[in-house]
Amino acid sequence: MAQSLHDLWFGFGVAFQGTNLMWSFFGVLVGNLIGVLPGMGALSAISILLPLTYAMHPVPAILMLAGIFYGSQYGGAIGAILLNLPSHPPHAVTCLDGYPLTKQGKGGTALGITMISSFFAASVGILVMVFASPLLTEVAFKFGPTEIFSIMLLGLLAGSTMSRGSPLKGVAMTLFGLLAGCVGTDVNSGAFRFSFGVPELSDGLELVAIAMGLFGVADFLLNVNRMKTITANTNLRIRDMRPSKAELKEAIWPMIRGTAVGTVFGAMPGTGPTITTFIAYALERKISKTPEKYGTGMIGGVASPEAASHSKTQVDFIPTMSLGIPGDAVMALILGALMIQGIQPGPQLISEHPDIFWGLIASFWIGNALLIILNVPMIGVWVKLLQVPYRYLFPSAMFFIAVGVFSTQNNLFQIWEVLAFGIVGAILIYLNFSVAPIMLGFVLGPMVEENFRRALLLSRGDLHIFIQRPISGTFIAISCLLLMGVTWSAWRGRQRGNAQESVAEEVLASAHVPQDQIRQIGQAV
Amino acid sequence: MKPSPHFNKDYYGGALMVVIGLCAVYASVQYKLGTLQRMGPGFFPCAVGALLAVSGLLIVLSARGGQPAQETGGHHPAGLPDLRGGLCIIAGTIAFLMLGNYCGLLPATFAIVFISALGDRSNTVLQAFVLSLAMMVIATVVFWWALQLQLPLVKWGA
Repeated sequence: MAQSLHDLWFGFGVAFQGTNLMWSFFGVLVGNLIGVLPGMGALSAISILLPLTYAMHPVPAILMLAGIFYGSQYGGAIGAILLNLPSHPPHAVTCLDGYPLTKQGKGGTALGITMISSFFAASVGILVMVFASPLLTEVAFKFGPTEIFSIMLLGLLAGSTMSRGSPLKGVAMTLFGLLAGCVGTDVNSGAFRFSFGVPELSDGLELVAIAMGLFGVADFLLNVNRMKTITANTNLRIRDMRPSKAELKEAIWPMIRGTAVGTVFGAMPGTGPTITTFIAYALERKISKTPEKYGTGMIGGVASPEAASHSKTQVDFIPTMSLGIPGDAVMALILGALMIQGIQPGPQLISEHPDIFWGLIASFWIGNALLIILNVPMIGVWVKLLQVPYRYLFPSAMFFIAVGVFSTQNNLFQIWEVLAFGIVGAILIYLNFSVAPIMLGFVLGPMVEENFRRALLLSRGDLHIFIQRPISGTFIAISCLLLMGVTWSAWRGRQRGNAQESVAEEVLASAHVPQDQIRQIGQAV
Repeated sequence: MKPSPHFNKDYYGGALMVVIGLCAVYASVQYKLGTLQRMGPGFFPCAVGALLAVSGLLIVLSARGGQPAQETGGHHPAGLPDLRGGLCIIAGTIAFLMLGNYCGLLPATFAIVFISALGDRSNTVLQAFVLSLAMMVIATVVFWWALQLQLPLVKWGA
């Protein structure tokens, strides 16, 4: 306990160093900016800016990427509340009560509440991270290749089945990602795999190229000429953003409950942010004395899901940093960035690179505080940015993608990879696959293979080793339970679509929202 | 263009997965498979490919008799994407590749922004032109001057 506080103090020292502070600030600013832009989210923001970090020292690089991540979440909430734009799925549920508040002229208050609950939730998430990570690390040191394989299997399964869309398709996409991870030279034998005689492929596919293809180009290919134009006539003043005492009182319990939901879900690998916010909202409605009022502009309906999404974001970093197992696609990208810097995330990370780990935690706090300070005067600018037409946005973004990918290896060949994955991604999205699990599979693929091989080498080819060792056996058992649970709920929900959608639809249908809005949000989920 | 009501995306999606999986199995059998104890380079991709084919098969099976595919493809509108926009984005990217290789950063920047911008039906040629010029300024100041991008502004030949 005292050790953790001492380390945290050290972390603040790291985070307050000039360059670190500057890049952290740059990260939250750019993240916030890109998060506000229509049709762009944390994934596209991080993948476009990832090449920038190659030349940087690892500490500022990771502080900046994390800043982009939570900065873009703040940005997403602005669009949801002021313009009813659910362009980022986790914020879709915020539209339900946020936009009615804007129509009543209380948009500023809603934003203010969002900021307060986000900051509160992030602080709780950070505290959990400070005290839980060292504990988890102690357990993680007992892990051998067998255990690592089993826990990665669980992570992959959870990531593919519990995000959005059909679980079966999620599994298929994860497998596709694992295959993409196999491309290149086999570490054990030196044989080229799936390189099709192209020498550039012998190093494997480029992480940034895949991310930009799947989350940038594929999106543009599908959305071009089909985005609705946005007009907003909101005039916000800073004074409007300060909530009254009564409103604060109304928000405080939903805020705490939302934080709790987010923390619990963050600790579970693989649960996506969208389902977290929907569950937080559903819980709020269920325990409210006046559930019929939800959907007409309740403060609680804004505070709770926003708090949930922010505490989940922070807690998500625990398995990523201390076990090396990312919970979702954004975390997979951050993990990939660490590995590019030559740092292997895992139980050794905290002891070997205390500056990264504790600096990151301290920078969360600084970054979240910066966001509040930044958002108050800048809100007018954000509202203007929300109206940047898509027709200017995507050609510029295409240029940033092309230059960014080129700069990763100073090689134009990577642009072919971006194009290929953009087209593949567009086809897959068109066929109702969700592409985020590909990222998870791609980053974890080589590690899964290596540990699988090593475990079987140690056991002389005996597959029983995975269930005989107690820790590994537990993870395998949880994976089996998860598979059975998903199969069962798919079986039961055959008539109504899959489990997650029915949660979302139930929430939406019961919240008295106009029919066309349900359809709009339903599409976003 | 609206797809016919009989068009079930899950059939095609599942079939695509089966094809990709079988291709991976076929390709990895040609590398050494090895035994469980000493796995060759082909073992893992072969296993993953087989699993992918199986899950593709399951997708097709679960699409049978189920309701027609519901839209879960993220925040994208239903139906086919816009042909002109898509083609322009692809053409712009290829133009960047070619011009970047033979003519340098500035022509490549102009090409990718201008061609992609023309893909949007509401952009006029003038707007696309101005946007491309603005991006060329950014390319010079931010990428070439500040970030020292290893690509000359203008050059001739590979």
